[in-house]
Amino acid sequence: MRPVVVHPRVDFMLYAIDPIINEAANWHYMSGGSGNAPVVVWGIINRGGEQAAQHSQSFHAMFAHIPGLKVVMPATPYDAKGLMVAAIKDHNPVVFMDDRWLYRDEAVVPEKIYEVPIGKAAIRRKGSDLTIVACSYLAREAVKAADELKKGGIAAEVIDLRTIKPLDTAAILRSVRKTGRLLIADGGWRSFGISAEIAAIVAEAGVRLKKPLVRLTLPDCPAPASISLEKAYYLHCADIINAARRLA
Amino acid sequence: MHRIRECEESLVEPIAKGEIRTPCHLYTGQEAVAAGVISCFTDKDYVFGTHRSHGHYVAKGGSLRRMMAEIFCREAGCAKGRGGSMHLVAPEKGMLGAAPIVGGTISLALGAALAAHIRGDKRVAAAFFGDGATGEGGIYESLNFASLLKLPLIFVCENNLYATHMPIRECRNSENISRIAEPFCIKTWRIDGNDVLKVHEAAKEAVALCRSGKGPAFIECLTYRFRGHVGPDDAIQGLHTDIRPPAELKRWLKKDPITRFEHYLSSKKLLPPTALNALKYQAASEVADAVAFARRSPRPNPSHLEKYVTK
Repeated sequence: MRPVVVHPRVDFMLYAIDPIINEAANWHYMSGGSGNAPVVVWGIINRGGEQAAQHSQSFHAMFAHIPGLKVVMPATPYDAKGLMVAAIKDHNPVVFMDDRWLYRDEAVVPEKIYEVPIGKAAIRRKGSDLTIVACSYLAREAVKAADELKKGGIAAEVIDLRTIKPLDTAAILRSVRKTGRLLIADGGWRSFGISAEIAAIVAEAGVRLKKPLVRLTLPDCPAPASISLEKAYYLHCADIINAARRLA
Repeated sequence: MHRIRECEESLVEPIAKGEIRTPCHLYTGQEAVAAGVISCFTDKDYVFGTHRSHGHYVAKGGSLRRMMAEIFCREAGCAKGRGGSMHLVAPEKGMLGAAPIVGGTISLALGAALAAHIRGDKRVAAAFFGDGATGEGGIYESLNFASLLKLPLIFVCENNLYATHMPIRECRNSENISRIAEPFCIKTWRIDGNDVLKVHEAAKEAVALCRSGKGPAFIECLTYRFRGHVGPDDAIQGLHTDIRPPAELKRWLKKDPITRFEHYLSSKKLLPPTALNALKYQAASEVADAVAFARRSPRPNPSHLEKYVTK
């Protein structure tokens, strides 16, 4: 059996966190490889609309912290199918998280069964002035931002992570070594998240940056209700453009 | 009940116009549950609610102005515009909070009851929840623990037959929810939740049990929401997903808790029509004032986004 458990709102998925983390994630290791949990846990992010703190969260960094779990976050219709197929075929528990803010995007998706490999980022735009690393909804926003930046003469390379864990460090380092400038955009909270992990990887690799890297994340704050606060809270294309212009 | 109904119906137009965006789970049709139970409470007793808690807040005596301001997501709201419709709170009235993680506040009410038990102050706590909450494990743990310590906790299940859009028969083997409390040796009631007097009578007994150290208690109220799961009809804030048969809704509309109680009052000559009209007028003007207050109140200042993260 290859179960796919769907949580239409990822906030409610926390009720299942014990079997996901204590059992599924550890099972292969603590059974010395004699058992495994090939389950896909699909959590859907649903934010905005003044829904407030318990209806707006994304826990990708938290799940990525757990040994034994893989975490994927598609940003395109093609990847949504390909990563889901790959997640189902994977022999490990995979947390598949997608964002409802992407649900209106349309693209041609092949009818055949295909896989987008887990652990491989996608270079969405090529450029030599700066590297923008993003995932999920912000990967789409980063592509839009890069197209806008290009009009102003800034060539941004956009890396859509696609897989949060295992992270495609080679793709990130290759790009940052080329551009020397790094902007990380993550729809998770700032502290102890994806952006911190990427910054650490770049620092550990000894990459010489032309300017200090920039992290665009949610503040360390629960999601607010009021739209006046939501506007200050969430990140969109314009935030990436502004940060990229300052960095380039 | 009138005040609750008036609040809920006054929200229909602003939701339809998009003036209110926060997801509103209207309480219309279920007023007798909040009114019947909370009329047995004092301000010192505790209530925890759900995503559909405007009624609990109003019955507990929370400020209408602060509720409407919260639903309009304004700084003057009871949660300062940070929580919206699903996080109403009035600690000064014992309304300790509401939250939409289904079943999530039951163990919080258990904690309030445990505190009352430890302090020996005779306060009672109520956990309001829907039929959907019985699909979560925490309720069974709470039933056991409350029973073990004889805590002053009233489990109030508002069984409106649908867990969001899933009919109860598709998610439970038995439609009788009160029986889940029996293995824990808890006194239970299963009553017509649209009959405010029946709800009040059951709650009175339950409160008396709890205050005398013989709690907890479990009251299942059979009721029905007249509006959508979210928003007026599930087509504005929801996703056009109301699958309830129109005939079923029609049947329940005939059991409107407010008209039934009005009929009772007039048939027993307990309240003259003029007094009833005065009550209605008063409720309408209070609610209109609260809505106007909300509309003219400013939204939170974006520079204060992180103000309440920690104390």
